[in-house]
Amino acid sequence: MMLEVKNLDVFYGNIRALHGISFEVNKGEIVTLIGSNGAGKTTTLRSISALNRIHGGEIVFDGKPITNLEAHRIVRLGISHVPEGRKIIGNLTVLENLMMGAFIRSDKAGIQESLEDVFTRFPRLKERAKQLGGTLSGGEQQMLAIGRGLMAKPELLLLDEPSMGLSPILVEEIFDIISRINKLGTTILLVEQNAFMALQVAHRGYVLETGRIVLSGPSAKLRADDQVRAAYLGEIA
Amino acid sequence: MAIFIQQIVNGLQLGLVYALIALGYTMVYGIIKLINFAHGDVFMVGAFVGFFGYTVTKLPWPVALVIAMVTCAAIGVLNERLVYRPLRYAAKISALISAIGASFFLEYFCSLNFIFGPNYISVTLPLKVITWIIDGVRITNVQVIILVTVVVFLTLLQLLIFRTKLGAAMRTVSFDHDAARLMGVDVDKTISFTFAVGSGLAGIGGVLFGFAYPEIWTFLGVMTGLKAFIAAVLGGIGLIPGAVLGALIMGQVEIMTAAYVSSQARDAVAFAILIIVLLIRPSGILGRNEPEKI
Repeated sequence: MMLEVKNLDVFYGNIRALHGISFEVNKGEIVTLIGSNGAGKTTTLRSISALNRIHGGEIVFDGKPITNLEAHRIVRLGISHVPEGRKIIGNLTVLENLMMGAFIRSDKAGIQESLEDVFTRFPRLKERAKQLGGTLSGGEQQMLAIGRGLMAKPELLLLDEPSMGLSPILVEEIFDIISRINKLGTTILLVEQNAFMALQVAHRGYVLETGRIVLSGPSAKLRADDQVRAAYLGEIA
Repeated sequence: MAIFIQQIVNGLQLGLVYALIALGYTMVYGIIKLINFAHGDVFMVGAFVGFFGYTVTKLPWPVALVIAMVTCAAIGVLNERLVYRPLRYAAKISALISAIGASFFLEYFCSLNFIFGPNYISVTLPLKVITWIIDGVRITNVQVIILVTVVVFLTLLQLLIFRTKLGAAMRTVSFDHDAARLMGVDVDKTISFTFAVGSGLAGIGGVLFGFAYPEIWTFLGVMTGLKAFIAAVLGGIGLIPGAVLGALIMGQVEIMTAAYVSSQARDAVAFAILIIVLLIRPSGILGRNEPEKI
């Protein structure tokens, strides 16, 4: 088991954002957390990356507890988090943004290899390498955010709403890329509001509702579930 | 004409000293969005440490300069660690008030008899002043030293920020703390480092100030610091080229006012600039008008 989240509790002031949720991600999988706005999806990812304080529970990565680590140490363990809203550094060029993704690495040749790899996967980024990150379109920024996440050469990639704000064609493209990244050996935890697309690429899924996991199982089973179809896939049960 | 050019030279000398101080204001603002009001007092400490270095301990002045730089860097880091870090994610006004407190502390602590004492001190220069007269314009070796030192350190700063990994980390932190953490940047260390660099530059500014205007006291940093702060705002706070540009303009305006209007009006003009900038173009000359992100 690559990632194990056990009884995770998070509060914002008096408001309980997560009610002791538990889930796991196995090596090689794409696992998705789906749910509506405010369900606690982003909070869950931020807790894994230690950007949030955790008030209860445990997070175990590769057999080691990582619950009390500082945020900047998490990425060194092999967890790369592509955050909500992409967080592209607007006053750095595309190339500089990508190199910041490899901040924790010092193997020059390896970094160069990863960079070529990202450029092959996203030719658009190569064309715009010298441009400032803030000048990219939404789709390009999402590609840059994912590319930057890959530059850390992670074992586990956390993706927060990669489809947000993108046109349907771009959404297809991004999910296609996610699928291919996974096939090349990177495990992925995907947070999405777009349950329809998420359940197409993911192997397994968890449904989050107001801080609780209400349903889980293989994607095919969730896609067939009446409740999921009604609540998240826009179909009448 | 020679008199006018002489004033430009004098204004440049003052502007270059302001630039060294203004950089610290702007770098700290850039990375934690705080006006570090104690920064002018760090500059004052630099002036004193340099002075004691080349007089009391009779060190060669470049060595005294480096010691002043390191001392100020340490004070800047300590100040951040003790006063600002505990309040980093508190309301902005708390940190601002603490900065004013830190400023008063440095001023009055340094005024104690066993530190620097409360009196004005005349600086005995560690080098012989050589004056060249070119077409009626006097240029001294002190002015040349100031110019060269500022150019050297500005170049180093530029290389640090745009050519090194640490510089990229600083730029990333100044954009977004959480994004920086996700890339493995130790945000606390990066902020400490920024304070060290900014305060070190102020230390150099202090020593050079002592050379150029050889009278120092423990409240030196109040007015000089405020003017350097105005320079940073004028150029666009948070922007390094803006700090230098603003400082050079401030130096000229002040000297020209003193020369052609009244030397009593120089401070008033400096503050008038602050008010005008804040009214007309709060983001400064090089800044873009953006809604403030909180």
